[in-house]
Amino acid sequence: MAVATGALHTRILSVGAYRPERLVTNAEICERIDSSDEWIRERSGIATRRWAAAEESVVDMAVAAAATAVERAGLAPGDIDAVLVATITHLYQTPSAATLVAHRIGASRAAALDLSAACAGFCYGVSLASDMVKGGSARHVLVVGVEKLSDLTDPTDRSTAFLFGDGAGAVVIGPSDHPGIGPTVWGSDGSNWQAITTRTDWLAYRDTKSASWPYLTMAGQTVFRWAVWEMSPMAQKALDAAGVAAEDLAAFVPHQANVRIIDAMAKRLALPEHVRVARDIADMGNTSAASVPLAMDRLLREGEVASGGLALLIGFGAGLAYAAQVVELP
Amino acid sequence: MAMSEQEILSGLAEIVNEETGLAADAVQLDKSFTDDLDIDSLSMMTIVVNAEEKFSVRIPDDDVKNLKTVGDAVSYIQTAQAA
Repeated sequence: MAVATGALHTRILSVGAYRPERLVTNAEICERIDSSDEWIRERSGIATRRWAAAEESVVDMAVAAAATAVERAGLAPGDIDAVLVATITHLYQTPSAATLVAHRIGASRAAALDLSAACAGFCYGVSLASDMVKGGSARHVLVVGVEKLSDLTDPTDRSTAFLFGDGAGAVVIGPSDHPGIGPTVWGSDGSNWQAITTRTDWLAYRDTKSASWPYLTMAGQTVFRWAVWEMSPMAQKALDAAGVAAEDLAAFVPHQANVRIIDAMAKRLALPEHVRVARDIADMGNTSAASVPLAMDRLLREGEVASGGLALLIGFGAGLAYAAQVVELP
Repeated sequence: MAMSEQEILSGLAEIVNEETGLAADAVQLDKSFTDDLDIDSLSMMTIVVNAEEKFSVRIPDDDVKNLKTVGDAVSYIQTAQAA
């Protein structure tokens, strides 16, 4: 039997982003909860977030980010062999968002599937896409992180109403003449399955009159402890696995969960001053699977880091699931 | 190794000072973490994890909410060390 052969090395060829137009201030959030702009900024670092329009779907947002990424890679849509969409807010049980994204960008024959790894989804996608290109099952893979978390956010829950936002980020991963994506350090901890979850499942929503819409709930302190003290060592492991020292990094792009988590992680990793730490959360809130590519795109667009620099990525969240890797910025 | 109440209190005060900048002598047994010391839930978790390391005890998430005052935390740590 013949076997597929792939590329020796891979890298991120390009990144694209989509930020919905509507800016939502803390003052607007506080119309529904007993809180304040100051309280929200202190606890989370969030000043604003963006919400998609009512008629704007995760597919619409994914297509916008994906089309930009494909164009910036200098590729035609037909060059995309596979589309991975990381999301938890495509509210169809089937089919996937990915097939529609592939169709709408013109990647009409691409393999397509969604990934359910919540806030770790994008970094899971980077790992899978890189392995697909190395394994020879695809030459160019589009990886999209997209969320419309406003659909799953309870506007009256004062512990989560201010946290979440909407948006999309996308990258194209393809062959490279040098290593551009380091080994992925990843895993999960299902014993903390309930630390971040929806309040009910679809069956309870259908069958129980009193059941609420499946809004997201979170055990904030548990997640904070896990993120800072369990995930910082995983980020360090990803650096070690890549053979990259902290001083060789241009940027640290963690999932934008909470600025307090980001700051505590940066402190525990003892990152040197010159390493740019992504803090896109201040403007975008927590956009789950979309947060890492959105933050990466912003650092590049605003000239904070240069193409070719090394970035440490880490996604972590519901599951609990996590993935980290060092990448060369496109 | 079991420590005295005073030893735990001063160790805890150091941790609180490092996290919040509060003067160590403001950390007294009768003070409430939230109402008197203005420590929020995430800072509280940071203090708890640092206390676990410093005092070699385990403080599960579910127990953290019962630690209302500095005295609650000191006696929790003393009991845990004795166990």
